[in-house]
Amino acid sequence: MASPVDTHAEYLDPILSRHRHNASDLLQILIAAQEHYGYIHSDAIDHLSAQLELPRSKIEGVSGFYSFLHLQPDGEYRVLFSDNITDRMSGNMDLMQSLCSQLWVEPGKVSEDGLLSVNTTSCTGLCDQGPAMLVNGIAINRLSRERINAICELIRERVPVSAWPAMFFAIEDNIRRRDVLLEGNFQPGSALAALLQRGTDETLHEIRLSALRGRGGAGFSTGLKWGLCRDAPGEQHYVVCNADEGEPGTFKDRVLLNSYADTVFEGMTLCARITGADRGFLYLRGEYRYLLEHLQAVLQHRRQQKLLGNDILGHAGFNFDIEIHLGAGAYICGEESALIESLEGKRGTPRNRPPFPVTHGYLNQPTVVNNVETFAAASLIALHGGAWYAGIGTDSSRGTKILSVSGDCERPGLYEYPFGVTVAQVLSDCGAKNTQAVQISGASGVCIAADEFDRRIAFDDIPTAGAFMVFDQRRDMFEVARNFVHFFAHESCGFCTPCRVGTSLLANMMDKLAEGHGSPYDFAEIEKLNALLQSTSHCGLGHSACNPVLDTIAKFRPAYDRRLAQKDFVPAFDLDRALSQARQMTGRDDTGAHLERSHE
Amino acid sequence: MNKETFPTFTLDGKTIPFTAGQTLIQAAMAAGVYIPHLCFNPEFKPHGSCKICTVKADGRHTSSCTHQAQDGMVVESNTQEINDERRALLQMLFVEGNHFCPSCEKSGNCQLQATAYEMNMMSPHFDHFFPDRPLDASHPDYLLDFNRCILCSLCVRASRDVDGKNVFALSGRGISSHLIVNAKSGLLADTGFSGDDKAAQVCPVGVILKKRVGFAVPIGSRSFDEQPISATPHPVPAAATLPPHPQGACPVGPRSKAATLPPHPTVKGT
Repeated sequence: MASPVDTHAEYLDPILSRHRHNASDLLQILIAAQEHYGYIHSDAIDHLSAQLELPRSKIEGVSGFYSFLHLQPDGEYRVLFSDNITDRMSGNMDLMQSLCSQLWVEPGKVSEDGLLSVNTTSCTGLCDQGPAMLVNGIAINRLSRERINAICELIRERVPVSAWPAMFFAIEDNIRRRDVLLEGNFQPGSALAALLQRGTDETLHEIRLSALRGRGGAGFSTGLKWGLCRDAPGEQHYVVCNADEGEPGTFKDRVLLNSYADTVFEGMTLCARITGADRGFLYLRGEYRYLLEHLQAVLQHRRQQKLLGNDILGHAGFNFDIEIHLGAGAYICGEESALIESLEGKRGTPRNRPPFPVTHGYLNQPTVVNNVETFAAASLIALHGGAWYAGIGTDSSRGTKILSVSGDCERPGLYEYPFGVTVAQVLSDCGAKNTQAVQISGASGVCIAADEFDRRIAFDDIPTAGAFMVFDQRRDMFEVARNFVHFFAHESCGFCTPCRVGTSLLANMMDKLAEGHGSPYDFAEIEKLNALLQSTSHCGLGHSACNPVLDTIAKFRPAYDRRLAQKDFVPAFDLDRALSQARQMTGRDDTGAHLERSHE
Repeated sequence: MNKETFPTFTLDGKTIPFTAGQTLIQAAMAAGVYIPHLCFNPEFKPHGSCKICTVKADGRHTSSCTHQAQDGMVVESNTQEINDERRALLQMLFVEGNHFCPSCEKSGNCQLQATAYEMNMMSPHFDHFFPDRPLDASHPDYLLDFNRCILCSLCVRASRDVDGKNVFALSGRGISSHLIVNAKSGLLADTGFSGDDKAAQVCPVGVILKKRVGFAVPIGSRSFDEQPISATPHPVPAAATLPPHPQGACPVGPRSKAATLPPHPTVKGT
């Protein structure tokens, strides 16, 4: 009879050899192991530890970091409801409650029979077609009562997810406005041919001339980054495409990878030629796992077309290939140095910078990390020239920007505009009415009120990674901010004190206000905490965790004032709420099971 | 050597010389100037996670343990603004774990407690998290009390980089981050841990404790009972087991403890 470890060796060994027993592929190995076995078994860790020569503590530490990895059995069906504010607005909480009561399971727990677990997860990037969920890692959109009922039936009947109706998984592109990038008449290979014809240095010159800036939000000059990486000494250079599109409300990369993958991969290949890299990675967020097979097929096709691999387009010594690495539920990995840590199979903790990835990136080698949209734009520039691209947009912001529009509007989806478009124009195009506020660039971005709708999408006015969430007059902006604060608390990597503890304190304080226990004192505390997070956090997550609260306080103060029900300080500890467990255990909820509450 | 050849920066107005590659705190320490810190230990590569050593360098907040010194830099450390921030960060560390100083064997030798005194922290201020963190008393000679862990990762670094054992690691994320040990059972007894390890010596708080020596040195006669942490050479001798550190001349003379130390912050139930 096989020993317990042998049972795991059977499926682990092929995974290990696929990854050449490479310890820096640990995260990929763990994801594959879990896909096979359902969770990461303790005996499996023994085998991995021996084969990869890694301490068990490191493997457990990595597994413990990523939301989607489990060291304990987690149900045959793992149901995760996307919990962005847009999912909330379209009723995800009621749907989760309905599923839970139909299948006799509590949120956050595994059902007693081990059939399923139900929980929430951070924005899954389907805000234009929510509410959404992941079932065993695969995305389902447009949840409704009917769809939830059908899902309950399928789970009860133990139908494998692969046999569920295909329409559940039909993710739409929803492209509403096309400009140069989304017009999509790009011919695979055309930009590479242009590069080979024009020359490598000349192509870098065109990228510089285009004044292209990073589309992930920070807006660093792409030409400068590529040049710095090219000039940095190293044994190897690497090109990384950041497709860890975790910012709540952003979903443009989902569409670019679904329908424009060639343009993206070609941009990476141009960058490889310019920087001298022969290996590249696409870091694909775990929520977009359903795109993996499609992307692998595109890569394979490009290899067949001699657009990847050795001697690209017959050009001797032009060698480059791309591997796809999956994320596993960690927003922080969208930060480029955390992403590199994750690519190296580690916990996704942002590094101390400097040094920056352009000189010390993947395996400490010079590395370009760019957003999906940046690489796609680079392909167009190589093809049509820098001057052409620089002729679009504004002085500070050349070219186009794709916006992911969601929330209270008639036509959510993708809108590509030349930079400089006003917020009002976008609102009018997407059919938004009675708009109270727009959250631009996601939870870490800015909240714009109606008197600012004439502001423009541009690096010198409102810079954005692409999210554009619309809130009409019915919405409570305090609840919007509270949702984002909980998001940051959930996604804090835990490395530095202010963000690890501060985001959770902030979430608790917002909850206290929501429960009617807030006083002006708590309000002042929230402001102080925000200032501390901004000044002392290790990375951008901590710095921007305050933005939604600070913005909504500044612009929607009445939403907070309504919450400050108490004139004087009231402790967050609520004795009656503390008795809720006792009530649950005894099945009582009558008046006698509650404390008298004089203020209600 | 001619002193003028050293580049310098100013720290609260005082000129601090440094050598290439030194970080702000390293240069300050070499010059005998104290910058409050917890996850930094001069024997290890700086980490930059606790943020207690935050200073303002040329007007910008940064961790002095990881920020490389540059010629002509103007650094502020001992200011009301920065000390207020440090106090708030210390309060966060206190409410995140379960710290009951009066009953803790490390009291008086604890860097968290001593730094809290230094920063005049008089209460935990924030609401406690009261996490559930069971003890690990499995090892014959050592005890792990995770309640006091501040996630500085010094034991992780010591075990990995000095002992070559990887006994400790961090797991979880965010507020659920926690220390784990390298054993299938999850118990220290089943790891390669030994009292001779560097990792046994580096905990700045009271997580890694030697058994059967508890309170051998009475409270009141411990390192920080004698003088504040700002006047104590680093690293702190773990009770009587380590000799005093040879470097780092004491910049401030010993103070009379009764006259200068505020009352112990009884962190719970105040």
